[in-house]
Amino acid sequence: MATWVIARLTLREALQRKIALGAVLLGIVFLAVYGAGLHFIRQDMTRGVQAPTALIANQLYNFLSLSGLYVVNFLFVMMAVLTSVDTIAGEMASGRIHTLASKPLRRWEILIGKWIGFVIMLTLYLLLMGGGVAGVARLVTGYRLPNLLRGLGLIWLNGILMLNVTMYGGTQLSALTNGVLVLAGFGIAFVGGWVEQIGSFLDSQAAVTIGILTSLLMPSEALWKRAAYEMRSLVVETTGFSPFNSGSSVPSALMIGYAALYALVALGLAVWSLERRDL
Amino acid sequence: MTTPHPIQVRHLRKVFDDKVAVADLSLTVERGEVFGFLGPNGAGKTTAVKMLLGLIVPTYGEGTLNGAPLGDPRGRARVGFLPEHFRFHEWLRGSEFLQLHADLYRMPRDVARRRIPELLDLVGLQAHARKRLSAYSKGMLQRIGLAQALLNDPDLVFLDEPTSGLDPVGRRLVRDIIRDLRERDKTVFLNSHLLSEVEITCDRVAFIKQGEIVHTSTLQGGAGAPLIEGDLTLQIRARPRGGWLSCPNGQWEVIVAGLAQWGRDVRAEQEQISLTVEGEADLPSIARYLIEQDVDVYALSPQRMSLEDLFVQLVGTESEG
Repeated sequence: MATWVIARLTLREALQRKIALGAVLLGIVFLAVYGAGLHFIRQDMTRGVQAPTALIANQLYNFLSLSGLYVVNFLFVMMAVLTSVDTIAGEMASGRIHTLASKPLRRWEILIGKWIGFVIMLTLYLLLMGGGVAGVARLVTGYRLPNLLRGLGLIWLNGILMLNVTMYGGTQLSALTNGVLVLAGFGIAFVGGWVEQIGSFLDSQAAVTIGILTSLLMPSEALWKRAAYEMRSLVVETTGFSPFNSGSSVPSALMIGYAALYALVALGLAVWSLERRDL
Repeated sequence: MTTPHPIQVRHLRKVFDDKVAVADLSLTVERGEVFGFLGPNGAGKTTAVKMLLGLIVPTYGEGTLNGAPLGDPRGRARVGFLPEHFRFHEWLRGSEFLQLHADLYRMPRDVARRRIPELLDLVGLQAHARKRLSAYSKGMLQRIGLAQALLNDPDLVFLDEPTSGLDPVGRRLVRDIIRDLRERDKTVFLNSHLLSEVEITCDRVAFIKQGEIVHTSTLQGGAGAPLIEGDLTLQIRARPRGGWLSCPNGQWEVIVAGLAQWGRDVRAEQEQISLTVEGEADLPSIARYLIEQDVDVYALSPQRMSLEDLFVQLVGTESEG
């Protein structure tokens, strides 16, 4: 099937162009640095005059694990955007698409093939990095993040969302314009998320509304906030406050559904747009 | 109709924003024919091919490729295409590139294992099969592109300026490949602005100018410079019986203008008349007409036109290619 041929081509391209190798090597460096940091923090903490209570230690390890995943979430989104930003636009700009699309296949097979390739690659990357952070934390501190799979699932959806939006943009825009726009959208969602978070802390309804509106525009930050909420510690659960989200501004299940639908629509639009355009 | 024409289109039109790339294209290409599409750069040749291959959606018009509507992948099952700007995934090795395209044709692996070395051999790249395309020269890329176009043993092959990056040896290779395809009753659609190439290889040519076919001719192959069947330049030397003085003012011009019923481009400079006619069949009628008009005919000599003459006549001098 042509879809699978294109998916394999996409994966092989990532291997050939050393994207995969670079990401894995630097990912391992990241995990090593993270693990070393955790190790020394833990060492200092247990050696101190006043060793923290189990609850405090638990909260600290939760915070450190989520901090690691926060970076992973960011790297994952960047990876999704940067690896796919040139895939359609580049094939069209170079004319490489002419030999592909003139074969006895439908254009959606090209787009979905590439998409499958990227999804496989990104999933493996998230398993390495997200699983790595949780695993390193467990190994070094013995702390186990609650609801890890659900959290990683939401981060995964975040990356797929950005991948789909980037692929849609790629059918219409040059790689550069597309990359700038998608990352700007991600930035707006990021800022909106923080406005909502601080607004919720200060009881500002206007700020929360701004946050929700930006989430509707681009639900990427909402996915991260929900992921952090799922993996929250006992202390956060009782106090209702965390650096990553606070009680009243946790994105609802409806927002997560909206994000999933958003991702699906973006992919559908990408197919529709590629099927119709002149190559 | 039992076997559909490889290409049949009616009134295809493509407008990009406000630029008309193809104005009105109606065309039928027969099976086993080597069809040349001639025109200056920017005349709409590539846009036309892309519409046939479903890469560009026509603004207007309809047509079929191997019996399937344009844009339907089934029509492209037995089609090969070498694009004008042959750019491929250059991180692939030569043989991997061909394997990729064999997979896209859904060619069984064992067939591909046999076909790929055959084609590499045909285009003279067997020694470079393991090299990455990024290390290929322009000519080598065109050769591997050609191999890609022939991979599926296609019934219809589109070659868009296939010799643009090739040296004389490569050009001969393309000619030989086209000849071989014709012998095997395959259809070739050749886009070119190189007249010599078309003259040697094509059975029929269409001249395209500003997105419209202005003329179609059948070519006669054979020894010497191949000539166009049909179009003849007719040189006539004639004078009114009884001399110019006996001919009323304006009478000669009327007689000359009357020749337009048999041909085009009628020109007269006193007793020298020239016109383009579509074949020898009309020559007796022309002679009879002149005699009936009381004209003494001293010479009536048909001359076959070369493709170049025809190109210059039809497409004019505005072509910069």
